[in-house]
Amino acid sequence: MSTAAGQRVTVHLEVNGLWREAVVEPRRTLADLLREDLDLTGTHLACETGVCGNCNVLLDGESVRACLMFAVQAEGRSLLTVEGLAADDGTLGDLQQAFHDHHGLQCGFCTPAMLLTAHEHLREHPDGGTDEQIREAISGVLCRCTGYEQIIASIRAAAEAGP
Amino acid sequence: MTVEQGPNGARIARETAPPQGGRRWIGKRLNRVEDPRFLRGQGRYIDDIKLPGMAHAAVLGSPHAHARIVSIDTRAAERLPGVIAVVTGEDVAARAAPLPSFGAGEIVQDMIATEKVRYHGETVAAVIAEDRYVAEDACELIDVVYEPLPVVLDPFTAREDGAPLVHEALGSNTAYERTFTFGAVDDAFAAAPRSVRARLRWPRSTGMPMDTNGAIGDYDAGTGVVTIHANSMNFTYFLWLLAATLKIPASKLRLVPVGAGGSFGSKFFMHKVPALAGLLSMIAGRPVKYVEDRTAHILSNDHAGSDRHYDAALAFDDDGTFRALRIDCVDDYGAYLQFGTGTHGNALSQVVGPYRIQHVEYSLAAVLTNKNQQGAYRGFGAEVSNWVLERLVDLAARELDVDRVEIRRRNLIGADEFPYRTPTGNIYDSGNYQGVLEQVLEAVDYPHWVAERDRARAEGRHVGIGVVASNERSVFSSTEFWFWFDEPDFTPTSSPESASLQIDPTGRIVVTLHSQAQWGNSPETVVSQVVAEEFDVEPDSVLVTYADSQHALPGTGPGGSRFTVMVAGAVAGASSTLKQKIRRIAADKLEANEDDLEFRNGAVGVIGTPDAELSLADVAMTAYMFRLDLPPDMESGLSAQSTYDHPLTTLPSGDRSDLGIFYPFVGHAWHIAVVEVDPETGKVDFLRYAAVHDAGTVVNPQSLDGQIIGGTVQGLGTALYEQYLYDDQGRVRNASFEHYHLPSSMDVPRITVGHQETPSPYTAYGIKGAGEGGRMLTPAILSAAIEDALQPYGVTITTLPITAEQIVAWTTA
Repeated sequence: MSTAAGQRVTVHLEVNGLWREAVVEPRRTLADLLREDLDLTGTHLACETGVCGNCNVLLDGESVRACLMFAVQAEGRSLLTVEGLAADDGTLGDLQQAFHDHHGLQCGFCTPAMLLTAHEHLREHPDGGTDEQIREAISGVLCRCTGYEQIIASIRAAAEAGP
Repeated sequence: MTVEQGPNGARIARETAPPQGGRRWIGKRLNRVEDPRFLRGQGRYIDDIKLPGMAHAAVLGSPHAHARIVSIDTRAAERLPGVIAVVTGEDVAARAAPLPSFGAGEIVQDMIATEKVRYHGETVAAVIAEDRYVAEDACELIDVVYEPLPVVLDPFTAREDGAPLVHEALGSNTAYERTFTFGAVDDAFAAAPRSVRARLRWPRSTGMPMDTNGAIGDYDAGTGVVTIHANSMNFTYFLWLLAATLKIPASKLRLVPVGAGGSFGSKFFMHKVPALAGLLSMIAGRPVKYVEDRTAHILSNDHAGSDRHYDAALAFDDDGTFRALRIDCVDDYGAYLQFGTGTHGNALSQVVGPYRIQHVEYSLAAVLTNKNQQGAYRGFGAEVSNWVLERLVDLAARELDVDRVEIRRRNLIGADEFPYRTPTGNIYDSGNYQGVLEQVLEAVDYPHWVAERDRARAEGRHVGIGVVASNERSVFSSTEFWFWFDEPDFTPTSSPESASLQIDPTGRIVVTLHSQAQWGNSPETVVSQVVAEEFDVEPDSVLVTYADSQHALPGTGPGGSRFTVMVAGAVAGASSTLKQKIRRIAADKLEANEDDLEFRNGAVGVIGTPDAELSLADVAMTAYMFRLDLPPDMESGLSAQSTYDHPLTTLPSGDRSDLGIFYPFVGHAWHIAVVEVDPETGKVDFLRYAAVHDAGTVVNPQSLDGQIIGGTVQGLGTALYEQYLYDDQGRVRNASFEHYHLPSSMDVPRITVGHQETPSPYTAYGIKGAGEGGRMLTPAILSAAIEDALQPYGVTITTLPITAEQIVAWTTA
């Protein structure tokens, strides 16, 4: 075992607008930092090998697999997770509302990653782009429930509703 | 025909007939009440739950498919700081009994293998540690010495004399064998001028939810109660049997349902994970969480899908009239058979599909091999059976050179023939199959696409059309597990479902469900809409909660497209009781006749007199607090519960020539797909995809569309991509998402969905189940469409999945 038992490092990062600090093993993944140390369990793990994209979060605005990054690699950086999408009183953001209105979720497990990935796509394509571009944008996030149709409709609707 | 009918179902069907002016809430396209918590990332799946003092478990799986365990050295693992305990099969055998089994013969499965392993990934040890990283580190330090044994992977080889035995105690790898004959099958085949026959292969795949199976055991040494939080789906149905596995009284097993990120069958028979978490907690004396990682899920959660080899034939007349069906199936069940052959019993509920076929023979050999055992997958065997039937129908059309729509139309059961008794004894309650067909043909403009295909073909392009039908039997009575045995150990269950309704003192309605938590279906939305219909309250004012097993009434959980039908029946029953009490209270206070009262806008009032009404809050406050204002014989409080038994079941005949009514609420669907195949790359593009379903009364068209599209895409995965791949030693070659390809957003068509509503005469509100329908059609339709596209190559599709590699092999042959 190459792990130096007991070795810990302190990580500082901004999560959903708040600066957070945690003391973790160097090998701790960003996903586990969020879920286990910061109690932000909206970031979900489904494969832990970087394929399914269910753990996508936005790091300085770019989508990344939280299972493939070490927590220490996020030192000093800014993170947006699903918990940062709604207003403080819980009111759904426009994109979340569009998913609600167009049945863009069933079990809800991939939903946080879908929302964040769509969020990134809509920032780059405020008009939503073509359906093909929407499909491509979310192609790195696997959903087993919806068949994607209503997710695409949700993103399209959010784009049409405007920012 | 006469149909025996249970009084429970009859009462509910009568009471929930549509009122004058129609229904207000059932049928409405409402947003789901479950959504907001998931959209905010507050879903609380099993891995999101932390209990004080909780430890974490990881498991070590066997690298061999068949091997004797010579020794296990756990000392290095136990010395690793943070490790609490290392548990092997011997430890389990000392403390626990085998896992529950409903299957045939002496096939015993333990939580952790003892003596030998029978499939790749079978658990050989578990580690409890302070965190999961340490638990996984420790797994790597466990030294297991194996003596590899010859593997048997092919069910035909497995049946030969001298084949390696998966279970020596059984003396054979053929765990079960039986032929059912309904009607004069041999005579019908002999008399029919024509027949087609095919050898068909349905590969092993699995439900593969994004959320794996997980559980937290929490043993309370003081009371001896073992609490298990699990994302299982039907803990009240049979999971209490885990008490026997854990050697504790069932009263001391408290199962707490946790919402799941999908199941599709893979959490239906969930047994290994909760049993293990419970036992590990008893060993550690503190809460222990075990959540499968993806590899463990792929390897050692019961493989959800069927793994079947068919020899099937259809006899018919020169004019295309179907006469008889013969199906001979060898099913590779893997290393264990805990859940028996219910997936074939299920197929027998609608083995003739929507067609008039009078004579059926069905043979099954359930064979054991060195693969993981089968569990349940959306369709539960009927999706396989439908693929087989529709393949034969397409072959018959080709044999007769008639249009594939035409031959189907000619054989459809007529709208005036319901309830229709199928040869096996199961009935189809209602339907209008011709109506659905016409609707789907119109939706896509079928003649247009036939012309387009022919034009494209003339240009050398490979465009093909598929048109297929399916029935969707819904609401099982569990007879499908039972009729295999001439002298079963128990009578069939009624597969009940329960609901409790309580109106709190402020007039808000709280519903408690008794079998499961949310897992991607919409139980809270459905229940809210039914309660809204009954009481005329706003659906989002209704709160839905879930009982744990110590407080639960009988329940069965989702599966076999049953939940919406059954929970609606239970809510209707409880509502009826509660409304009666409210009427009595209100009639007394308003000095009105009970029969003159109606429920309106959250109140109960006199029909035609807007001012004479009491809000539900007024009634509730009286019921809770002011006993002297109540009718003298009435108890305080405002709650009711109802258990809804299967509405329509009859027993099989002793000789099993009639299996009885066991799956009678039967939906119907047609899909049409137009594809273009690239012969050089094997890529399949969709030019058009339309589905029309009839699931009886629709509760929520939006969530029903979601089930249909999602199921259709899952079937697309089965048809084009998914299968377990094994090397010659039985090791799974694709135990990761990198190599087990699930459909992505780039792989799926735009799907338009239409509905027809033919209510069931036997269920509450006329609802039929609909959760599995989509997956029952896609394998058949993609087989048909791709075969049509590849017509110039003379391809007959008999094996799934239809991979790009396979297509290229055909086009370059």
